[in-house]
Amino acid sequence: MAPPHRPYKRPAISDQQRRRDLALQAQSSRRADAQARARSLANSLLSPSSAETAEGDSERDHEPTVTDVATAASKLRGSDARRWFARHIMLPEWMADAPPHLASDWHVFARPAGKRCLVVSCNGMTISRVRNGSILHRFPSALPNGSKRDISGPASSYSILDCIFHEPDETYYIIDMICWRGYSLYDCTAEFRFFWVNSKLMETTAGDPPSTYHRYRFSVVPIYECTLEGLEAAYSGSTPYMKDGLLFYNKHVHYQAGITPLALVWKDEACSQYIIDTDSKGQVPSEQHVVLELQEDGKLATSDDPPVVFGSLDNEFIQKSNLRPGNLLRFAFRDERVKLVDGKMEISELQFVGRPNRARAFADSHSKALFQYAARHAPLRIEDLVASIQSNHMEVKSTDVEMQG
Amino acid sequence: MNRRVNMSLDVTQVLLSAQSADGTTRKLAEESLKQFQEQNLPGFLFSLSSELANEEKPEESRRLAGLILKNALDAKEQHRKNELFQRWLALDANVKAQIKALLLQTLSSPAASTRSTSSQVIAKVAGIEIPQKQWPDLIGSLLSNIHQVQPNVKQATLETLGYLCEEVSPEAVDQDQVNKILTAVVQGMNASEGNSDVRLAATRALYNALGFAQVNFSNDMERDYIMRVVCEATQSPEVKIRQAAFECLVAISSTYYDKLATYMQDIFNITAKAVRGDEESVALQAIEFWSSICDEEIDILDEYSSEFTADSDVPCYYFIKQALPALVPMLLETLLKQEEDQDLDEGAWNLAMAGGTCLGLVARTVGDDIVPLVMPFVEESITKPDWRHREAATYAFGSILEGPSADKLAPLVNVALNFMLSALVKDPSNHVKDTTAWTLGRIFEFLHGSAVETAPIITSENCQQILTVLLQSMKDVPNVAEKACGALYFLAQGYVDAGSASPLAPFFQDIVQSLLSVTHREDAGESRLRTAAYETLNEVVRCSIEETGPIVMQLVPVIMLELHQTLEAGKLSTDEREKRSELQGLLCGCLQVIIQKLGGMESTKYSFSQYTDQMMELFLRVFACRNATVHEEAMLAIGALAYAAGPNFSKYMAQFYQYLEMGLQNFEEYQVCAITVGVVGDLCRALEDKILPFCDGIMTQLLKDLSSNQLHRSVKPPIFSCFGDISLAIGENFEKYLIYAMPMLQSAADLSAHTASADDELLDYTNQLRNGILEAYSGILQGFKSSPKTQLLMPYAPHILHFLDALYNGKDMDDTVMKTAIGVLGDLADTLGVHAGPMINQSISSKKFLEECLASDDPLIKESADWAMIAISRVASG
Repeated sequence: MAPPHRPYKRPAISDQQRRRDLALQAQSSRRADAQARARSLANSLLSPSSAETAEGDSERDHEPTVTDVATAASKLRGSDARRWFARHIMLPEWMADAPPHLASDWHVFARPAGKRCLVVSCNGMTISRVRNGSILHRFPSALPNGSKRDISGPASSYSILDCIFHEPDETYYIIDMICWRGYSLYDCTAEFRFFWVNSKLMETTAGDPPSTYHRYRFSVVPIYECTLEGLEAAYSGSTPYMKDGLLFYNKHVHYQAGITPLALVWKDEACSQYIIDTDSKGQVPSEQHVVLELQEDGKLATSDDPPVVFGSLDNEFIQKSNLRPGNLLRFAFRDERVKLVDGKMEISELQFVGRPNRARAFADSHSKALFQYAARHAPLRIEDLVASIQSNHMEVKSTDVEMQG
Repeated sequence: MNRRVNMSLDVTQVLLSAQSADGTTRKLAEESLKQFQEQNLPGFLFSLSSELANEEKPEESRRLAGLILKNALDAKEQHRKNELFQRWLALDANVKAQIKALLLQTLSSPAASTRSTSSQVIAKVAGIEIPQKQWPDLIGSLLSNIHQVQPNVKQATLETLGYLCEEVSPEAVDQDQVNKILTAVVQGMNASEGNSDVRLAATRALYNALGFAQVNFSNDMERDYIMRVVCEATQSPEVKIRQAAFECLVAISSTYYDKLATYMQDIFNITAKAVRGDEESVALQAIEFWSSICDEEIDILDEYSSEFTADSDVPCYYFIKQALPALVPMLLETLLKQEEDQDLDEGAWNLAMAGGTCLGLVARTVGDDIVPLVMPFVEESITKPDWRHREAATYAFGSILEGPSADKLAPLVNVALNFMLSALVKDPSNHVKDTTAWTLGRIFEFLHGSAVETAPIITSENCQQILTVLLQSMKDVPNVAEKACGALYFLAQGYVDAGSASPLAPFFQDIVQSLLSVTHREDAGESRLRTAAYETLNEVVRCSIEETGPIVMQLVPVIMLELHQTLEAGKLSTDEREKRSELQGLLCGCLQVIIQKLGGMESTKYSFSQYTDQMMELFLRVFACRNATVHEEAMLAIGALAYAAGPNFSKYMAQFYQYLEMGLQNFEEYQVCAITVGVVGDLCRALEDKILPFCDGIMTQLLKDLSSNQLHRSVKPPIFSCFGDISLAIGENFEKYLIYAMPMLQSAADLSAHTASADDELLDYTNQLRNGILEAYSGILQGFKSSPKTQLLMPYAPHILHFLDALYNGKDMDDTVMKTAIGVLGDLADTLGVHAGPMINQSISSKKFLEECLASDDPLIKESADWAMIAISRVASG
């Protein structure tokens, strides 16, 4: 009946109980770690770990995975890292024709002028790499685990952003998100990824002006539905950055490495300074140039997958010029040598100009050559895009009428 | 030998022989009783009750008969208890009626001890039958006894009512009967009751009946009446009645805190009078009343400060704050009533101890307000020549260090610290030194460390002096040395976040050496000294920094040698064996902490691995000595070792496995079982698929554990989580366990989806269970991810989604469950992919539940929700 003695001059919890509690705590946090690891690793287990070793046994096998990215970012050094990064960036085709259903299926935004790069934050450090894989900046940032001061959750959980570094205001403009706090967004739709960029960036202070632990500001790009209003806003609206053309993303496209027709780039003089390629002196050459890759069999091909062959070199020339398969070579051709067959370019006479800039990692794509060709002759104009949206609009309307009838 | 038990067995003789001084006689008698019980239970119980009721039999045989009856109806262990309940209910109704009649009849016995025994047996039977509505006239017939004239019957009946209230839960008794019981009990307590035995029995009965009086305490008139009678009973000339009455007041203070406002002034007067003038047993209860009020107010104020204020339906009446000016002086007076050697007596509990403890609770209740009321006493008494004054002053100061703000206390502590340090060395009284060392410990516990926002009490200047004094005091008499170790424990703890700046680092070697010397003292067995020294060593190691890693490394062979020596000892007496087990437990605990430390630091984790073979060998030998506490400690250490060793641990598995299995089978010492289940998780993460060969055995054992009703329920949630750990480790190999594990998970999920009770403790347990189930689902889903056998999980998906929806609709899951649940939603989408898409899209979980989690302020919930959102969006986008 009498209440028990209260503890007298003793700590209420015994060290044994403390050890037990600490062990349980440690176990449950390790379980959480294992769980989190399983969750972020999940994709890599689905598809073989690298695109090169497994061919065709899964339709996803050319999609890179979080682990790939994570491993690459942490372990690869030098040229390996460069090549790896270069292969994992999503590249738009040049828009030769307006695709159908622009208004309903596509996003549009004004591309900031600057260097396209992948930004990786992890282990208290942020690294940006440009398209050829070389490092642009190594810096602390307010991205998750992007600086020593801002470690939250497992320090090794990665965030990977697809950005354009805009020199004049030293700002990284985020055009896509690949991975956030270890969660892969590769196989999410563009629509979802854009939504995610906006909501996640708000959770950090990465949008703040630079400070000691945050060397560069990150900023989102206004993204529009590609309706007439959206296109107008992207094309003529004012932006804090200098524009370099418009980017169109199909709403349903997953993030995929390499060139995809579901992301398109379009430029005209009004929204870009760099509409027509220039030579090393900044002059527009009188003939169109194209950079092609030399194949094993001497053929000269674009960077497309599968490659488009524009011509070939004979063995004698290859040996004389000390060329190897995989070399990138610059060629010029005269406009009258081009034929368009079912939307494909055929070039009957290529003139070897020389080797391109060493920093270059890829041959030109077919769509780029085509766009350049068009730009020199009959460019796709903004009016054409507007017309395309309007005609889609009409289509929808006419369907409505039929259904009512 | 299959001897028929003679029905005419002389029960009286056997019962007397069973209490014989002669061992052989006793054994024989116990054996015949056992056989009688096994061969004819109804006859056995009937004989015992007849013996109990028979006035012609000796008191000794009657009392033992009652005791055996009581033990045949109840047991401590829940599983056994249920068995006995069922066994009684299954007995023939006529036999039961006869037994019960005999028991009731015995309440009128002239022999006091027989009446009392019968009361207890009746209450046990009532505890089984009343909830089953099987003894409807019991309370009626007991109440009719009350009106009998003989005081002994009245006393026995009140005692029975008291026991009955202890055994039966209030819900099982109608309010009408409750009213009658309370009326009878309170009347029996009344001053007009001339017989003090009756009055004492009634007062004690009320103590148990208070839980039944919810309705009556809500009625002003009835409550006033009960309170008046209780208060009057505290003034009885009989000390036992006064003590029992105060015990009632203590019980009322916690059960009916919110009904006390109008009585507090009177109660204060009564308690103050008792504390100052009554016998110690009464005075202790009077102090306990105030301690208990403090407990209530601390809880309520805690609840106020937490976010869930809406849940708190009891308002704080601030009784302590109001009573403060009178209460504190009363408590300070008690501090001077120390006993000469109370620090050497572990069971001691006296006025000074109770008063100081209460003062500490008051400080926690009111905070800063207590400081000006206590400090004048401290300042005046701390230098007086009489040790009682110095000790009381120090104890008062130490007691108020938890509660008031650091701003308020820091200036006082800064002044006091030097005085305390010098008193600890110089005061001639051991008692004063003991309390001084304890007070220093409290200073370090509450006013030192990175969480304290005032300027640090301990600086690089005085740190060395503090250490010097503490290390010196660790050589003092055991009780003082033990407190000095305690102070060092908190001193080290305060530097846990200090990193390289820790001012203890330069003295690390000295500290470790001093603590080891303490463990080797001849008298380290006294006053818990050895335990305190190892616990402090553990904390010092836990809080140490990378730079002192090499010194911790040097400890490894030292502690291993000590453990080795305990294993080499020859034949030991029971007492020695117990001491050895205690030491082994301490050494395993210490190694556990060292393993965690060295395994967790980059600079030591590789060189540490040289010791793992030897260490494992020692642990395996420790398992061969049978002792639960030691097993638990060794198991914890092995868990730490497995984590540190990673896949390399697999080489120990063949030898270790038997002990792992033994741990999983340990129902009785469920702590061991729980820890072992946790270690299975550690092993899964360390060994990954290398654990596969052991999984059949482990899973079998875990499934057995789950289906056992003997195993303590607290082990079940971790077992479920462990399923997840195993699946995550072995992936699709978990396939063969699915048909066993999934149905268990499903039925547990169904049971835990809805809570019937508003009982906090049960809800807490239910949430642990839910979390375990969800962790299992998560691990299993992730384990199968990427396997071609993913489709095996499809059939379970609807149920899992249903469970998640039910949790959301139930609205009573805690944050942890919410986090785990929304993670499972993501895992489901991630593993099952597009096939589960339509199903997931139809669930509430993927809509409102997910939205709620995405908007959560809890970063962990949000993180899980982000993951789920991504996983689902992938499924939705094909």
